[in-house]
Amino acid sequence: MSRIAARFAELRAAGRKALIPYVTAGDPNPEVTVPLMHALVDAGADIIELGVPFSDPMADGTVIQQAHERALVHNVSLRDVLGMVREFRQTNVSTPVVLMGYLNPVEIMGYTEFAKAAQAAGVDGALTVDMPPEESHDFLVALREYGIDPIFLLAPTSHQARIRKITGAASGFVYYVSLKGVTGAATLDVSAVAAKLDEIRAETDIPIGVGFGISDAASAAAVARIADAVVVGSALVRRIGENAGTPEKIPATLGSVLNEMRQAMDAG
Amino acid sequence: MGSPDTNIDFAAMPNAEGHFGPYGGIFVAETLMEPLDELREAYERFKSDPDFQAEFDRDLAHYVGRPSPLYHAERWSRELGGAQIYLKREDLNHTGAHKINNTIGQALLAKRMGKTRIIAETGAGQHGVASATVAARLGLECVVYMGAVDVERQKLNVFRMNLLGAKVVPVHSGSKTLKDALNEAMRDWVTNVDDTFYIIGTVAGPHPYPAMVRDFQAVIGREARAQCLQQTGRLPDALVACVGGGSNAIGLFHPFLADRDVAIYGVEAAGDGLDTGRHAAPLCAGKPGVLHGNRTYLMESPDGQIIETHSISAGLDYPGVGPEHAWLKDVGRANYVAVTDKEAMAAFHSITRTEGILPALESSHALAYAMKLAPTMSKDKILVVNLSGRGDKDIHTVATLEGIEI
Repeated sequence: MSRIAARFAELRAAGRKALIPYVTAGDPNPEVTVPLMHALVDAGADIIELGVPFSDPMADGTVIQQAHERALVHNVSLRDVLGMVREFRQTNVSTPVVLMGYLNPVEIMGYTEFAKAAQAAGVDGALTVDMPPEESHDFLVALREYGIDPIFLLAPTSHQARIRKITGAASGFVYYVSLKGVTGAATLDVSAVAAKLDEIRAETDIPIGVGFGISDAASAAAVARIADAVVVGSALVRRIGENAGTPEKIPATLGSVLNEMRQAMDAG
Repeated sequence: MGSPDTNIDFAAMPNAEGHFGPYGGIFVAETLMEPLDELREAYERFKSDPDFQAEFDRDLAHYVGRPSPLYHAERWSRELGGAQIYLKREDLNHTGAHKINNTIGQALLAKRMGKTRIIAETGAGQHGVASATVAARLGLECVVYMGAVDVERQKLNVFRMNLLGAKVVPVHSGSKTLKDALNEAMRDWVTNVDDTFYIIGTVAGPHPYPAMVRDFQAVIGREARAQCLQQTGRLPDALVACVGGGSNAIGLFHPFLADRDVAIYGVEAAGDGLDTGRHAAPLCAGKPGVLHGNRTYLMESPDGQIIETHSISAGLDYPGVGPEHAWLKDVGRANYVAVTDKEAMAAFHSITRTEGILPALESSHALAYAMKLAPTMSKDKILVVNLSGRGDKDIHTVATLEGIEI
């Protein structure tokens, strides 16, 4: 069983929902990332989504675009990000790490080399935003060979046939994008999300994470009632941006924001 | 150049998944997959609908002013001392460039799909103006994304778009140029996908855009082919067009792909020179990767980050290129070359003084290569150059370069 599947099984047995924070690796500098990952775990993260910086983050709103730009000032590459995961794994062997990013850095490294290096570093899942299952055949073969879960997005515009195709290709969990838009966009409509999750559950047993539009403890708790996992990105990354001048404060600041969400989720 | 595979059926490309060999495809976030499918279905339906085609042809004739002339530049040809050069005069189209052929087609499609809002990205502003123009005519709301750097260097076109009723949104992310404008237009589309039609200005982006834009622009090559036969009694020996994203080039090339004796040259922007790294020539000096919805040749770092490009011509200042060009390069059916800013400027002046035609800086790249190629060919050979746009928009750039204040 993969580390991600094991984590969802534990949570399910405990009657809890997963909290998945997203941060961009190397934002605002490469030294912050590993301590920040540990702080997020201490604050209640069940899985960490680590963003791989890219020059053209087309699916992201302003907050995360700026995070990519801050990281790229330091030329943080995909290999550097794998190095950060390897360092994180030296003291944490249980928290799954999912890399989230765009295809081109992976394409340039090569699918097999990426999957092999990711496994060696201790990566558990890979989400490439701009690679739908239709184009993924060779990539999926490489990921499966090295035991990396392919994480795919589902969207409000995904109809039944696509839901079936995507959940058929995914493992670990699927990530439901709660609204039409980019990351950090408007607040979400919980009842519309709940209806779509029912549609997805009719096709699959795979855990469903929900992200985009979760901005505070209340919205995290609301989503935790209907989904298996809550993904929080821009709400955290915004605080990284605000504290970019005092990076030593970032782990504690994000830890307290995340912990509020954790408590609200666990309180039901 | 490899030797062209004589069995390739160029008309059958791309395949159903939008692939030109390993290039093209659909690389977008999930939210856009169904809308792209809807667009593909609508396009397939209208492509073979005689009413749609008749309306498109009517607009091209009476609104754009087609067919555009194929003009024998006799004096320039004589001066260069080689092949006879014929100019396909896309600069004489309404709005001053080939861009309008495509925006007319996509706007008609948008209207038939019931979309009420048009968005577009623009670099030099020509595609933005062409989009704002058709939106004004059809009464559609229009938002144009433009890099903040380009807004500054193309003020005249920003004002033209405003006069046409479009809203121009400056994009401040990344390198603040065309690629960032495209990112921002994609973000708008993903957010407003229900009522919005995204008019991409070149033969790049996710399927079906590269094929659809090519089909709308192929009128250039169909006309040129017929005009050349009519005026000279035979096909040209070579075609030359500039390549940024590559829409004017593919428009000229595509109807000639099966004519194996017609040599094809796409001209990229070498900027300060290919060896300086300051250029915009992904086919000549880049490598394959994935950006903006398709796999193609890109200007990228060894880590896969997209790098900043440089060209004197804003319309060629783009790190990618249409996937069909990537494929034509690999199969050897077309040759891709590059000319520098300086060579393009020299061609700009040469044709202006010799023929009384003031070309766009983009088109000046094609003309600069023609100046190299023509003298290597005998006087009975025929060279067709796509004069894709007029140079009025570039007057300020040219004046600044010469140290003249207007």
